[in-house]
Amino acid sequence: MKKTMIMFGLAATGLLALGAQAQASTLEDVRDAGQLRCGVSNGLPGFSQPDSDGNWTGLDVDTCRAVAAAVLGDANAVEFIPLTAAERFTALQSGEIDVLSRNTTWTTTRDASLGLNFTGTNYYDGQGFLVKEALGVDSAYDLDGAAVCTQAGTTTELNLADFFRANDMEYEAVVFDTSEASAQGFDNNRCDILTSDTSQLAALRTQLSDPDSAVILPEVISKEPLGPVVRQGDDEWFNVVKWVLFGQINAEEYGVDSTNVDEMVDSNNPNVERILGADGNMGEILGLNDDFMVEVISEIGNYGEMFDRNVGPDTPIGLSRGVNALWTDGGILYAPPFR
Amino acid sequence: MATHQPLPDQPPPISQRGWLRWLREHLFSTWYNSVLTVVIGYWLISTFVPLINWAFIQAVFTGDGADACNPDGACWVFVEQRLGFFIYGFYPAEFRWRPNLVFALFALSVVPQFLPLPTTIRKWLAIFGITGLPLAAYFLIAGGHFGLESVPTSRWGGLMLTLILAYVGILAALPIGILLALGRRSEMPVIRGICVVFIEFWRAVPLITILFMASVMLPLFLPDGVTFDKLLRALVGITLFQSAYMAEVVRGGLQAIPRGQYEAAEALGLGYWRRMQLIILPQALKIVIPGIANTVISLFKDTTLVLIIGLFDLLGAVKSTLSDPAWSNVMAEGYLFVAFCFWVFCFGMSRYSHRLEKQLETGHRN
Repeated sequence: MKKTMIMFGLAATGLLALGAQAQASTLEDVRDAGQLRCGVSNGLPGFSQPDSDGNWTGLDVDTCRAVAAAVLGDANAVEFIPLTAAERFTALQSGEIDVLSRNTTWTTTRDASLGLNFTGTNYYDGQGFLVKEALGVDSAYDLDGAAVCTQAGTTTELNLADFFRANDMEYEAVVFDTSEASAQGFDNNRCDILTSDTSQLAALRTQLSDPDSAVILPEVISKEPLGPVVRQGDDEWFNVVKWVLFGQINAEEYGVDSTNVDEMVDSNNPNVERILGADGNMGEILGLNDDFMVEVISEIGNYGEMFDRNVGPDTPIGLSRGVNALWTDGGILYAPPFR
Repeated sequence: MATHQPLPDQPPPISQRGWLRWLREHLFSTWYNSVLTVVIGYWLISTFVPLINWAFIQAVFTGDGADACNPDGACWVFVEQRLGFFIYGFYPAEFRWRPNLVFALFALSVVPQFLPLPTTIRKWLAIFGITGLPLAAYFLIAGGHFGLESVPTSRWGGLMLTLILAYVGILAALPIGILLALGRRSEMPVIRGICVVFIEFWRAVPLITILFMASVMLPLFLPDGVTFDKLLRALVGITLFQSAYMAEVVRGGLQAIPRGQYEAAEALGLGYWRRMQLIILPQALKIVIPGIANTVISLFKDTTLVLIIGLFDLLGAVKSTLSDPAWSNVMAEGYLFVAFCFWVFCFGMSRYSHRLEKQLETGHRN
C-alpha cells in the first residue's frame, strides 16, 4: 500500500515537473523544437487556406510565418495546425500550439476569462450584409422583415439579433452550418440577405453564380478586431509576438518593404535604424537578434505587402484597406514606436 | 415428279419478337404501365441528359486554372489541379513517394484477394496486409526511423488519412470486439460486468461526441504541456466506439451457434481458448460476415466526422478548398469526387465480403 502511494506520488511529481518544464518559456521551447506551432483555421479564404500545392497561405498564416522568421530566422519553420472554432482555445491552453492565429475576435470575455492574451490586431473586421441588387435596398436600416442567411453558433448570429432588436426590426434567420453553405443558400434564394464578417462576404460573393447580382451594404454592425493570441503568463513570448506585428506596421509607416530592406539598413532615419536593428538593442531586450525585423521584412514583407498579397485589391477577395490603412492614411492602424 | 416443297418458315410477326416484344411485354403491357413508362422515361431523359451533358460532354478535364472551365459544364480541372492535396493533404511533396509505396503495398495485399489465385498465396498476402503493412505504413509515413525524415501527423491528410483512420479502426476494432463479445458471454461476473458496461457505454454515445471530447475536453484534464497527438486521440476514440459495435455483431454470431457445438467442444476436453478458437469462433464469424462488413463500411464512412476536430480527411481536404476565391462554384465537382472515392472503397469492401461468404460456404446450415 505504502509502495503504491510512493509510486503514485512519484508519477504525479513527474507529471507536474513535465508540466512545469513545458511552461518555462515558450520562446525557448520554440527555439529547441526549431519550429513554431501555429493554430490556423481549416480553410478561410484570404486568412488561412491551403493552396493547390498544399501550402498554407493567407494573412493569418503570414502573421505566424513572420513570428517564425523573427525567432528562428526561417519563415517556413512553422507547423500549421488546423483547428475548428470550438477547439482553438483549448489547443492554446493545453500547449498544443504556441500561437493562435485564426481570425479570432478580441473580446473582453476571451481576454479576461480564458487565460489568453491578444497580442494585437492584424485585421479590423466588422459584420456586414450582402444583398441581391434586385431587392433595391441600399441601407441595412431598410431590412425590416428580411430573411437572413447566417452561420450557426457564431458571434455573427448574436450581433444580428442585437442589431435587429436595437433598431426595432423583424427578421427571419435561416441558419446554416458553414459559411459556404450559407452562401449557397443565399444563391438559391433561401434568404434575402447574407450576413458575415465583411472580409468573408467579399470572398463568399465570388462563390455566387452571378457575383455582380449582389452588393455589400455600407453599414458595418459590429467591431471584430482579429488578431494573434498567446497563452497568458509568458510575457516574454507575448512581447515577441506583439512586437513582430508592430514591427511590420511600423515598417510600412517608414516605407521599409521587402524590396528595399537591404538599402534601408543603411538609412539615416533613426526610426528605421531602430526597427532594423542598425541602432539600439531592440531585438536583444525582446530576446531575439537585433536584426530580427530584417529577416521578417525580407521574407514576409511589411504589413501592407502582407495585406495586398492575401486579401488586397489584386486578389480574388479584393478588399480595400479601409480602416486597416495606416493612421497616416486615414485608417486606424497605429503601432507603438520602436524606441 | 414434282415434290412438295414447304415454303421456308416466316419469321414471327414484328410485334412478337425482339426488342419490340420485350417492350410490349415489360413496358407497355397495360394502359397504366404505358403511362408510367412514358412518365418515368421523360423524367429519366430530362434528368440524365443534362447531367451527362454537364458531367462529361461540356465538362473540361484538363487545363491550367479556373479560366479553362466552361460555365455550362463540370470543371474537373479543379479536381485535377488539387488532386495531390486531396490524396496526401499537406504531406511534403518531396516525400510523397513514401505514401505512394504504402499505397502500392496496400494494393499488393488487397487486389489479389479478388483474383483467382491459389488460396495459400492469398492467405499470406492477407496476413501481410494485417501485420507487415500497418508496420511498414507507420515507419514510411510517420518517418523518424531508418534515416527517413519525420513528418508530423498535422501534415497528414486527404485520402491517405481517411484510409489510415479506417484501416487502423477496422484492424483494432475487430479483435477487441471479439474479446468483448466473448467477455460478455463469460460466466465470470466481473469480466462480464466490465464488458457489458464498456459496450453499453460506448454504444450509447454518438461518435461525434467522443471525437469532440477527445479533441477539446481531454487536453484540459491533462497537465499543462502534456499533449497527445490529435490523430492518435481520434484513432483511439474511433477504435473504442467501433469495437463496441463489433462486439455486438460478433455476439450475434456466438448466440447463433447451437448449444450442441459448445457441449461437443467441451466433450473433446479442450480448454476455453482452444474451444473458442478451433470450434466456436470459426463458425460464429462466418455467420456474421455480412454484419461485420456492414460495420466496417459504416466505420469507413464515419471517418469523415474527424472533420469537426480539424483533421483534413478526404472530405475535409476537399471542403477546405471549395471556398477558394480563385475557383467559383466548384462545390458540385468537389463533392462528387468525394462521393466517387467513397463509393469505390465501399463497393470494394462489399464485393469482398460477398466473395468471402461464398468461399467459406460449406453447405452446413444450422
